[in-house]
Amino acid sequence: MAERTVKFEVKRQSGPDAAVVWDKFELPYHPGMNVISSLREIAANPTTVDGKATTPIAYDSNCLEEVCGSCAMVINGKARMACSALIDNLEQPVKLQPLTKFPIVRDLMVDRSVLFENLKRVKAWVPLDGTYDLGSGPRILPQVQEENYPLSRCISCTICMEVCPQFNESTGFVGAATIAQVKLFNQHPTGKVLKEERLHALMGDGGIQECGYAQNCVQACPKQLPLTRAISDIGRDVIIQSVKDLFTT
Amino acid sequence: MTIGVQCVPQSKKGKFEIMAANPRIIVVGGGLAGLSAVIKIAEAGGKVDLFSIVPVKRSHSVCAQGGINAAKNLKGEGDTTWNHFDDTVYGGDFLANQTPVKGMCEAAPGIIDLLDRMGVPFNRTPEGLLDFRRFGGTLFNRTAFAGATTGQQLLYALDEQVRRYESEDKVQKYEGWEFLSAVLDGNRVCRGICAMNLRTMEVRNFPADAIIIATGGNGALFGRSTNSVVCTGSANAALYQQGAYYANGEFIQVHPTCIPGEDKLRLMSESARGEGGRVWVPRKAGDSRAWNSIPSEERFYFLEEWYPKYGNLVPRDVATRAIHRVVFELGLGIDGQAMVYLDLTHIDRATLDRKLEGILEIYEKFVGDDPREVPMKIFPGMHYTMGGLWVDFNQMTNIAGVFAAGEAEYQYHGANRLGANSLLSCIYGGSLAGPKAIEYAKSLPAAQGDGGHAAEKKRQEEINTGLMHSDGTENPFKIWRELGETMTKNVTVIRYNKALKETDEKIYELLERYRNINLSDKTTWANTSFAFTRQLYNMLQLSRVVAQGAALRDESRGAHYKPDFPDRDDERFLKTTKAYFAPDVDEPRFEFEPVDTQFIKPRPRRYDAAK
Repeated sequence: MAERTVKFEVKRQSGPDAAVVWDKFELPYHPGMNVISSLREIAANPTTVDGKATTPIAYDSNCLEEVCGSCAMVINGKARMACSALIDNLEQPVKLQPLTKFPIVRDLMVDRSVLFENLKRVKAWVPLDGTYDLGSGPRILPQVQEENYPLSRCISCTICMEVCPQFNESTGFVGAATIAQVKLFNQHPTGKVLKEERLHALMGDGGIQECGYAQNCVQACPKQLPLTRAISDIGRDVIIQSVKDLFTT
Repeated sequence: MTIGVQCVPQSKKGKFEIMAANPRIIVVGGGLAGLSAVIKIAEAGGKVDLFSIVPVKRSHSVCAQGGINAAKNLKGEGDTTWNHFDDTVYGGDFLANQTPVKGMCEAAPGIIDLLDRMGVPFNRTPEGLLDFRRFGGTLFNRTAFAGATTGQQLLYALDEQVRRYESEDKVQKYEGWEFLSAVLDGNRVCRGICAMNLRTMEVRNFPADAIIIATGGNGALFGRSTNSVVCTGSANAALYQQGAYYANGEFIQVHPTCIPGEDKLRLMSESARGEGGRVWVPRKAGDSRAWNSIPSEERFYFLEEWYPKYGNLVPRDVATRAIHRVVFELGLGIDGQAMVYLDLTHIDRATLDRKLEGILEIYEKFVGDDPREVPMKIFPGMHYTMGGLWVDFNQMTNIAGVFAAGEAEYQYHGANRLGANSLLSCIYGGSLAGPKAIEYAKSLPAAQGDGGHAAEKKRQEEINTGLMHSDGTENPFKIWRELGETMTKNVTVIRYNKALKETDEKIYELLERYRNINLSDKTTWANTSFAFTRQLYNMLQLSRVVAQGAALRDESRGAHYKPDFPDRDDERFLKTTKAYFAPDVDEPRFEFEPVDTQFIKPRPRRYDAAK
């Protein structure tokens, strides 16, 4: 009986301006293998099915348990985390592509720093007076914690932005992940001191009104963040804030 | 000539010296320890450059699950910081210097308050206060937690504060840069770092008056572990080869409950047992019945039977050895395999979801079973590096100006770390290192000449050129695989001197083969295998410190267990192991240093009864 194998097709680009090539690989099957272990296997013997020597595939990864947000890529047409993509659950050939909405670095690596810049723009933090001893924090009821905690589990993988039809160069849309963080910090007893500034940051070009309610984000999010609810809550707050602004300026 | 810094006209050597009035500090590593240091420096008005291989929000601290310890005593149990101190020292089998541990435990309640103020979504009691749970090695509810993703939540809180400072231009981030080495001047005083841009592969020097190394542990020495990909120990190993002492390298924590995987061993937090999870195997070897057809009297809850006082919450080294014994000596692994049950099925779903969702989700995604319905199948895996860069009580290594904090250094956990003490030691160590680095840097005389910058850059560029021109036959990933297999087999749970000697010989062989390396990618853009191959050399050098250190310590203490020397030997080995690199022979040499035991007299460590 022939040895069971797994076939891969990988979209590759040696740099941002380099030509696109597709390399095919075939690996012996092991129970429990996932996309990351396969990429490592290829690195240990970087040879295509045609027997051509090539370079190991460049990709981002770190925790390998879907909590660091590094290894997002397009696998069989779907944006998802590579570490939790088990080969047993994937159709073959397994097609690997980089995320499409972000600048390519190399092969499956892309530059997602736009998300971190967006988090700066909306001041996604609690403005502390200082780290010296100021006693305990505010009391927070368990119900409130249970509402906030899921929003705080965003791993910055940018999959919600990748799948969003509105996230593109022409709209400059900030994306669901950032809006969810606005909700998180606006709900915090101390964090809400910056509520108005955050809402203002979501007005205008690229702001929350760019959302077209396609709801792709909430379906694709690997951590099941309540993204559409955050968008509708914050959308309402932005409208209320705009009305308030009319009367205060 | 006008210089905008304070001048000290004549030093003892009669030379012109310049003090840094506004010192520049470099922090390497953006996990909890590094970010804590950055926050303290920025808050004090210092200039700080933060270097990290990955965007700091993706650092390995995100993987910590169960919680963070502090004796807040919010459960009416009479817990005290002294109890926390005693549990930590006892849990570490008396190897940790007691002064810094005491300081950490006393600072812990304040650290929790600070994290709470930063917005960490800790679980709450009905009154809105912080909730606490049980963890290993203590009888108190001392662990604050945010679901089962506490490390992630803590890292994000610190990341947010650093982003705030970054937006105020108080912090400059260098993400996607890898630390290669410290820049040392003619007096072996640190004057900055040499780093490599992981996209352009450019090698560049960055001047600093002090540096803080917060690069975490060295799981990659063991191939597969619970650690993240970046946890190679490479920065530590580079500094060790530059003359830094590496302390207690032989103390490696193997976590009792992990999901074995092809690419990594995924952690199943101790909090699963903290919330009532039970570890068991069928009493009868070869029992092939489904788990739910085995009545409770035919189940062997071995931790509860062997350690009635602590039960499933014995420290990790004890639980790991028990699982090894059950599987390999008693032959009771599930289906004859190296696996035991970690069972949560008796706990109601709502409680599990509220307190453990993060880890249950990991099990579901990677194994396919729902642990609310079916017991998990787990096995021990390499998890934590107790050893690390030797530091003094001010977090400074023996190289002037090189500080270290977090898992990268050695001083808070002794021979075995207690669960939920790592997040604490990272934040405490980082918060201490930041101000101490500023203090040091303020009285640092200016460097003479270029402070060693040109020479260090040249040395690193030569290493790169050598690698780029390599035309051997050895694949770096295969060498790494062999290293990991050997280290895991011989230098984890059970250690024999013969096997340790063979391990060191194997590593020596791998180092020889490394000289005949073949780099399958010689391009100069985002070359990840090139960066990995550089790390691999450092991993090999550091592995010898771990293996040889283990061979020298003929006793059993905490995580270090030798069946041929089953007892703790305080007379010979109540000592810190200090390895230093001997360039002439290209391998480690060892010294031993007495341990500070001024507060708690060492006593036998046992968990079958109350201490």
